[in-house]
Amino acid sequence: MKISITDVLVVGGGLAGLRTAIGAKRRGLETLILSLVPAKRSHSVAAQGGMQASLANGVKGEGDNEDVHFEDTVRGSDWGCDQRVARMFAHMAPKAVRELAAWGVAWNRVQRGEREVVINGQRVTLTEKAAAHGLITARDFGGTRKWRTCHTSDGTGHAMLYTVSDQAIAEAIPVRERIEALALIHDGERCHGVVTRDLISGELSACLARATVLATGGYGRIWGISTNALINEGMGAALALETGVARLGNMEAVQFHPTAIVPAGILVTEGCRGDGGLLLDRDGHRFMPDYEPEKKELASRDVVSRRMAEHMRAGKGVQSAYGEHLWLDITNLGAAHIDRNLREVKDICRYFLGIDPAKDPIPVRPTQHYSMGGVRTDHRGESPWLSGLFSCGEAACWDMHGFNRLGGNSVAETVVAGMLVGEYVADYCQSRVGQADLSQALARQFVERERAALAAIVAHPGGENPIALRADMERVMTDKVGLFRNGPDLQSAVAELSELLARSRRVGIRGKHLDANPELVLAYRLPRMLKVALTVALGALNRVESRGAHFREDFPARNDRDWLNRTLACWREGDELPTLDYEALDVMHMELPPGFRGYGVKNIIEHPHSALRQAEVDEFRAGHLDRYKLQLALMSFKQLLPVRYRGRNARLDETLP
Amino acid sequence: MNSRSLTFNVFRHNPRDAASQPRVVQYQLEETPGMTLFIALTRIRETLDPGLNFDFVCRAGICGSCAMVINGRPGLACRTLTAELPADIRLFPLPGFELIADLSVNTGKWMRGMSERLQAWLHPRETADIDALEARMEPDLAEAIYELDRCIECGCCVAGCGTAQMRPDFVGAVGMNKIARFRLDPRDARSDAEFFDLVGDDSGIFGCMSLLGCHDVCPKALPLQTQIAYLRRGMARQGWSAKPAS
Repeated sequence: MKISITDVLVVGGGLAGLRTAIGAKRRGLETLILSLVPAKRSHSVAAQGGMQASLANGVKGEGDNEDVHFEDTVRGSDWGCDQRVARMFAHMAPKAVRELAAWGVAWNRVQRGEREVVINGQRVTLTEKAAAHGLITARDFGGTRKWRTCHTSDGTGHAMLYTVSDQAIAEAIPVRERIEALALIHDGERCHGVVTRDLISGELSACLARATVLATGGYGRIWGISTNALINEGMGAALALETGVARLGNMEAVQFHPTAIVPAGILVTEGCRGDGGLLLDRDGHRFMPDYEPEKKELASRDVVSRRMAEHMRAGKGVQSAYGEHLWLDITNLGAAHIDRNLREVKDICRYFLGIDPAKDPIPVRPTQHYSMGGVRTDHRGESPWLSGLFSCGEAACWDMHGFNRLGGNSVAETVVAGMLVGEYVADYCQSRVGQADLSQALARQFVERERAALAAIVAHPGGENPIALRADMERVMTDKVGLFRNGPDLQSAVAELSELLARSRRVGIRGKHLDANPELVLAYRLPRMLKVALTVALGALNRVESRGAHFREDFPARNDRDWLNRTLACWREGDELPTLDYEALDVMHMELPPGFRGYGVKNIIEHPHSALRQAEVDEFRAGHLDRYKLQLALMSFKQLLPVRYRGRNARLDETLP
Repeated sequence: MNSRSLTFNVFRHNPRDAASQPRVVQYQLEETPGMTLFIALTRIRETLDPGLNFDFVCRAGICGSCAMVINGRPGLACRTLTAELPADIRLFPLPGFELIADLSVNTGKWMRGMSERLQAWLHPRETADIDALEARMEPDLAEAIYELDRCIECGCCVAGCGTAQMRPDFVGAVGMNKIARFRLDPRDARSDAEFFDLVGDDSGIFGCMSLLGCHDVCPKALPLQTQIAYLRRGMARQGWSAKPAS
């Protein structure tokens, strides 16, 4: 049996994993990446509209800074996030964009002088400052008070992923492609690495590492229809869950994006609405201002998706052979704008719908899109329960998104978290605990366990059909753990998924060979997917409130009094369900105490500390400190950052001290 | 309209199995509205042959995983509508790449090798201070760089290239486009002479026979024809102006 040894093992070749690996490699550590697919095929490539960072270069970004970005992010999260992490993120995002600019991303730039844009359905002329000419420009996105989303047309994820992937090649970081992690090797306290399976040859091996980083993306593919790539099956979450000690956070927090095309479920970017596109109903009526007079189409995604579903329930949806939908209309932006700034959208409409979005409206409806939940980590990206296990990006619950993520904040999180976690991982490897011995005997034991499990699948005569079971799982998640949730449906989802999990252990496959075999892959992933699905469904059942994207029709209020907390889930060996417990969020340490988001329905059961903390915060604010001193007084966070990233960010109107 | 019955003639082979013979297997499916080759192949796997190997990741035409030869022409399967094809559909793996099994080929390994040989990453002039304002760039230039940066490394250009079929070390249009992309970028410190060193031989610009199948089959409609011509012209100019070796 092959056992390889490295300092840092990164599972996942998307933006978060690549950037973490580059950071660790630059600190002198031997670093290896495993990826299911060639790194440049990772789902990061699908990020279209852009990356939020408060550069404040454009005229509609004037006055933007970390404070505004932080507050938008916390409101977007419906106060479910870790505010210190949101602060670290807002501080790092400008550095990340600038680093990527230096590495080669062709960010769109500010053109001095007048330009015509569409705002609230009207053509408006903006005048960009000459001083900003050639700096990075930004577009509008939902739930933000400034135009903050930096982009390269609508292929931002592609441009970022190619640049960072190229840098990883430049750093000579090996990426072992088409390698799957089957299990984490651990002794109950420390992670020693992973068991790997070569998806081509079928060979099982072990990779021992001082630090293992799960950067495996989200779990969208447990739903039947999702904007996610097919590889986003929640295997990172499952790996952590199956240790029995590491915990997942907020798995019930799942975002539905307002504008996926019907029926393919492919995303068209929020940039469509950011650039002035409108949502229309069956009568051609623009309905969002009726529900959200302030933010209209540009409220946060959870709110827009619910308003769309509400409007369709009111009988205003468009009937089609593929069910009801609404229209996304970008014809008002004009062909020239679409050709330059929304070219992926144009391609998607052409190839998958046979329409020209400059002339025809796009059929859309809310569709599963993003996993806020994931492997729970501390601010350093490490699991508090399993030393040496790190996670970052969509795979992790770090937790900067809480119960709803803003558009443009996920692709930003990937690189920001990668920059930070790469440093913390290196610190860990160079610490005494990181230097502890790795066990080859343990590695052999785990590999043999996986070998036996695969042999059992192959040996099983007949049995359950994994394809049928998977379809059942997808149907349960879509019907009962969707945008609107209620107790009875969630109860029956948990029961059905439990039964599917039991049946999934009895699957049989037709093709009995152990090398490249998609049937075998599904057979061993299915029970893992079902465990993730059960963790989502049980978390949603037990959380009897509505917060962000988690909406309970039977408990429509955001209940800060009883539920201002984070769900933690672990799955003890031999158990049939995960064990849930809750980690409280401390209002008295929040920089932004809980309040109304400014969009959506205002229905809040207050936490007794919210008013107290608000009074404290108001007092500080009345003290007229400069914004840095005020921020420090409210909630210090810079001591949590690696020293190299503590510097202030320069802007046109904020020069470095 | 009556739905058509489609016949898929699919290449099957497992190169690791000594008993496997390359062969074509037929599958029948009823066409449904909006059916793409992604939908069709998934349906074949779900209902007819669970062991059929193929690669889809984004299924949205952006990740470059699913290129295959569709009725004789390299293209992205995920965004190919069956309605645009005759009822008899032939699917083969991309030539020029290592076969994994059936329709799955190892483009990733090929692309990484090409990137390493061509040093296809930005070579920065200096380490940037990421706390400071970013270096400025003309908006039009940023857009022009992005235009060439849109390559998705799907391998269609290599599969559509006569030279690549004869010379395994040929970098293909994908490689030359990368050189063109970094050469256009003022942030890259390399000189023309250095770029031309990377592609100035038979595995690069001189291997190209100007058949330009690459240009015809590129799913992203990259301007490969002009970029190859510019490189060749720039190189000739470089050659004429360079001092002869002593």
